[in-house]
Amino acid sequence: MAPEALNQTEATLLAEPGDGRTLVLRFTGRLDSRSTGRLWRQATQALKERRPERVVVEAAGVDYCDGSGLGLFLEIKLCGRAGGFAVEIRGLRPEFGQVLGAFAESDFVIRRPPPKSPLRVAQEVGAVTAVVWRDLSSQVVFLGELCAALVKSARHPRRVRWKDAVRVAELAGANAVGIIVLIGVLFGLILAFSSAMPLRKFGAEIYVADLVAISLVRVLGPFITAIILAGRSGSAFAAELGTMKINSEIDALTTMGLDPMSFLVVPRVLAAVFVAPLLALLTNLAGLVGAAFVLLSLGFPLVAIRHHMQSAVDAGDLLGGLFKIVVYGAIVSGVSCLRGLQTRTGPSAVGISTTRAVVSSIILLVVAEGIFSVLFYCLGI
Amino acid sequence: MDAEPIIRVENVTAGYDDLVVLEDISFEVGRGEVFVILGGSGCGKSTLLNHMIGLIPPMAGRILIDGDDMVSADGDDRHRILKKIGVMFQTGALFGSMTLHENVRLGLEEFTDLPREAADLVTSMKLDMVGLREFGHHMPSEVSGGMQKRAAIARAMALDPQILFMDEPSAGLDPITSAELDDLVLSLARSLNMTFVIVTHELPSVNAVADRVIMLTEQDKGIVAEGTPADLERQTDNPLVWQFFHRKAGHAAGKTQGTIGATGQ
Repeated sequence: MAPEALNQTEATLLAEPGDGRTLVLRFTGRLDSRSTGRLWRQATQALKERRPERVVVEAAGVDYCDGSGLGLFLEIKLCGRAGGFAVEIRGLRPEFGQVLGAFAESDFVIRRPPPKSPLRVAQEVGAVTAVVWRDLSSQVVFLGELCAALVKSARHPRRVRWKDAVRVAELAGANAVGIIVLIGVLFGLILAFSSAMPLRKFGAEIYVADLVAISLVRVLGPFITAIILAGRSGSAFAAELGTMKINSEIDALTTMGLDPMSFLVVPRVLAAVFVAPLLALLTNLAGLVGAAFVLLSLGFPLVAIRHHMQSAVDAGDLLGGLFKIVVYGAIVSGVSCLRGLQTRTGPSAVGISTTRAVVSSIILLVVAEGIFSVLFYCLGI
Repeated sequence: MDAEPIIRVENVTAGYDDLVVLEDISFEVGRGEVFVILGGSGCGKSTLLNHMIGLIPPMAGRILIDGDDMVSADGDDRHRILKKIGVMFQTGALFGSMTLHENVRLGLEEFTDLPREAADLVTSMKLDMVGLREFGHHMPSEVSGGMQKRAAIARAMALDPQILFMDEPSAGLDPITSAELDDLVLSLARSLNMTFVIVTHELPSVNAVADRVIMLTEQDKGIVAEGTPADLERQTDNPLVWQFFHRKAGHAAGKTQGTIGATGQ
């Protein structure tokens, strides 16, 4: 390359009138991405103000011209096309002229897309309803496929990927013990403390033990456990399956003749259903210990606390709670796997799937809890 | 080509943690030169490239870009050096949350004072150069792998860097697009005096564009041959180079050791 091209000469633009209504734009120096912005404004300003019939671009003094500089020359040509004036570029070095010549002006005339007409309210409601309907049907289809895969697994237990199931059980169960105990104890403490205050007015503080035991064992223990499971493991399932989907691993499984449902979903659901009751028992125990701390600090003897807790709940309450958590475990793991398998493409897709997994899990948990409450009330459990 | 090289690699030992991939290699790349790094899989081509673009500091030796050492530079100095280079990564590495147009425009928005419409026009020109002008509004996930690669080239060229590093630019492209890309490289090198450092396997592409080639091998952990593509094709001293240029499997040259990495791929 010619050595002067490397000189850091200041780029300048002189806009001077020529014959008649001709405008001469005289460029000199180095037109690169640093200097072109300024010249661009000057040039477009001059073209707007002078309204010429003909423009001559004198480019003989241009030492160097990169993509931005070439862009400026193209812009002047496009302005000419739009404003109905002729543009002549003189003296541009052949090597730059050659690159500029490769761009056809007509390709760069901006074609604005027609503005979208705003959707009407009814259309929007319809569109959202269709989305929700499709999502619900996909959940029903998924539930059916999952049940079929579980039945198949029950028939051929050797085909189940137990190694995966054990790994997931460890991740979702054993590794969650710390947080389950911590939240259980704190929850018991808070529940006992906040209910002890109003009950004190009636001199009935000892019934805090009954209250905490009933609410934990029947409802809150399983429910909190399920929420932790959704946040900790449901999100992990969705992210793991979502990443596999993006990497075409799910497609690879399918083309190898392996059913993703049996191969990936069944071990996760089995593991979750297995560990969820154990975690719920731990939450219950930790919550009761937390409540006992509060009652001990209020001056009640441990034996009285234990007596009240034992008499407040029976085996039916405990089993009812455990039954719920088994269902919750299946809901959380199932819907999280579904969201993972529904992952689309792009870097934000896994994040979206994870969010959807947790949100869907929590919504379904609340709905299921509502159904169980009514059902248990009607059955007198 | 100017007398002063734009890249100078001096006694560099390259690798990751304890693993030495390349040992004590030195070479220079001239201004405006199309420089190709050849070699079989696993011989350290991409490692060398990652060192040259300053992602990994060399274990020993130094790499000078236009006279500056990127490893010792920091803050504004490093930024100034980085502006001189553009990198096209092997996988494209486009930002998935932006359209192709936004990907290419990003550098122009951040580092120049071009008006918005100017940045848009220059972006369209860059996309036009790689044949993607009509696809600017697509997200990377909506276009094919080859198109992503071309968009990545457009992004690397957005600021007209002095040096463009390309990791396997033509892998995954059809022969026509690949040939067009070769033409583009030659035209930019000749007209805008851009320097290219290209890592590739594609022999037709090497023959079409390369001014000079170095070949690395896993066994030697270094440069086994250097010269123009014609020099390397003619030379018969090193069986690996011969195999590579004549697309022969390892046993064809009577090799006994495993040379799977050096077969013409």
